[in-house]
Amino acid sequence: MSSIERSLNVKAKPARKRSFLSALVSDYQLWLMILPAIIVIFIFNYIPMYGVQLAFRDFDFTKGITGGKWAGLKYFKQFFNSPMFWPTIVNTFRVAASSIIFGFPAPILLALILHQLRNQRIKEGLQTVVYMPHFISTVVMVAMINIMLSPRTGLVSNLLKSIGLVQPDTNLLGSTKTFVPVYVLTEIWQHCGWNSIIYFAALSTVDQELYDACKIDGANRLQTIRHIEIPALVPTIVILLILNMGNVLNVGFEKVFLMQNSLNLPVSEVISTYVYKIGLISNQFSFGSAVGLFNTLVNFVFLILTNVIAKRLADISLW
Amino acid sequence: MPKKNKEAVKYSLADNIFEFFIIIFCIFVFIIVAYPLYFIVIASFSDSTYVNQGLVILTPKGFSTYGYGKIFEDTRIWTGYKNTLIYTLGGTAINLLFTLPGAYALAYKRFKARKYIMRAFVFTMFFNGGLIPTYMLIRNLRMVDTMWVMMIPFCVNVYNLIITRTFFEHTIPDELYEAAIIDGCTHFKFFTTVVLPLSKAIISVIFLYYMVGHWNNFFTALIYLNKDNLQPLQIVLRNILLSNQVFMEGAGMGGEAGGYAQRYADQVKYGVILVSTLPILCLYPFIQKYFEEGIMIGAIKG
Repeated sequence: MSSIERSLNVKAKPARKRSFLSALVSDYQLWLMILPAIIVIFIFNYIPMYGVQLAFRDFDFTKGITGGKWAGLKYFKQFFNSPMFWPTIVNTFRVAASSIIFGFPAPILLALILHQLRNQRIKEGLQTVVYMPHFISTVVMVAMINIMLSPRTGLVSNLLKSIGLVQPDTNLLGSTKTFVPVYVLTEIWQHCGWNSIIYFAALSTVDQELYDACKIDGANRLQTIRHIEIPALVPTIVILLILNMGNVLNVGFEKVFLMQNSLNLPVSEVISTYVYKIGLISNQFSFGSAVGLFNTLVNFVFLILTNVIAKRLADISLW
Repeated sequence: MPKKNKEAVKYSLADNIFEFFIIIFCIFVFIIVAYPLYFIVIASFSDSTYVNQGLVILTPKGFSTYGYGKIFEDTRIWTGYKNTLIYTLGGTAINLLFTLPGAYALAYKRFKARKYIMRAFVFTMFFNGGLIPTYMLIRNLRMVDTMWVMMIPFCVNVYNLIITRTFFEHTIPDELYEAAIIDGCTHFKFFTTVVLPLSKAIISVIFLYYMVGHWNNFFTALIYLNKDNLQPLQIVLRNILLSNQVFMEGAGMGGEAGGYAQRYADQVKYGVILVSTLPILCLYPFIQKYFEEGIMIGAIKG
């Protein structure tokens, strides 16, 4: 350390100009390293933002994205007045809200409970197992759902019927009542373990002295969880909750899209699948852009609201 | 004194009951997560009739490898496999090439512009142009129906960039930077000879993130690829598993023959699930040892 400081002092004084120059040279190297990322993000993230004006224009094939005639809020009004407006909004919120209410606390609980295991090897083995489903692709996941919940031959659907959890005549795959529960529960099955990693990491940073102090004070395991471990998780929980709320309406397109069938469509048509069908399948580019932009704006409002609330209540915020 | 002793006994009893419930819960979790995966494996080796009757529970029944035989004959699967392999290897290489140097630059505290660049990047996590404007852009770039669309767009994931940057900030001491720069080491050289070898943990983590993303990518191909010879494995899987096009000839004509085909179709499905998921599952235990370290330092800042 001291030798570095000394060499810094020696070099910095006589050659101020040169150090400024060398800073510029080194900065040029840094710029060169960050430039590829800047270019990619500019092209693929910022140019489409500019292209959002498509939502306010009549799309004209011959004139490109920005050449169409200005249409103002025409396409937004068209969406608000369309018969698909309320169903898609309600469906999206239903799936999103259920996912957050049930899907968000699940990894926290899992991490807290698995963390109580005293045998390290069993704990690590179990962690490996619960992480695994995360690597399954959405296509395979939906195929597994279809196989397991198939009304006649499905392993899980037969099990649920035999213990009386579902009516014998329900088709878990093609019913407006079961779409959301099936979506949310399989989502938890697949990602709960993976999402708990970050909580495991946070729990492993808890100071051993705190546990020792707890023992001396005669606290039992539940009290230790309540007074030591949960408080240790709070900052992580709040940050993740804010981030999740910012994506509240970005309901996973792939899974919903692949789970859709004519029987569950009344509850499974969400904004993102609607944008895909109306925009790319029916080629209504301007209308599709308007619906997509509406979705993004609602997300943005949710993000800001949660951030404000978190700042007020817990003094934790993203910015 | 006796009173205190009694209390200690009471707590340990409560703790034992607590321990009991924890273990019951963990066994429950283990079965719920592991059994469906195990079931796919045994069902892929069993006669579908037994599987559909619910007779295959712990071990394969009516052992047969017919499903796998069909899979090895199916050229669609191998084309899909080849394409996915190209997209995954090429895509992940591009991802790392673009992300790692960028994260290094953003981790260097004396780099004045880093605050503003960071803000511009983070903004894209919460606001985007949406599907249609993005589609128009890709179309204008003439990337539709090319291999590039599976590798180049969005090759810098801002979340991965942030955790990598955080990792660099926390594991590469400032003194090391200063010493190396003063000794005339350039950023490029410092990055390749010092930073990268010290960062195996985070490189493994984002390598896995990116790789799994490419391997499982279905959406990009659905939107931007129409040609059959470019389709990745996930699209082929969708056709086989969800659209019921199990046999290339188009089976399920009904009658005796149809029933026969359908019976084997299920076995093919289980086999396909296994064959397509196994490569990722095999790779992950090798990387897992770096996980705690990489994620802890990267994701929980400070």
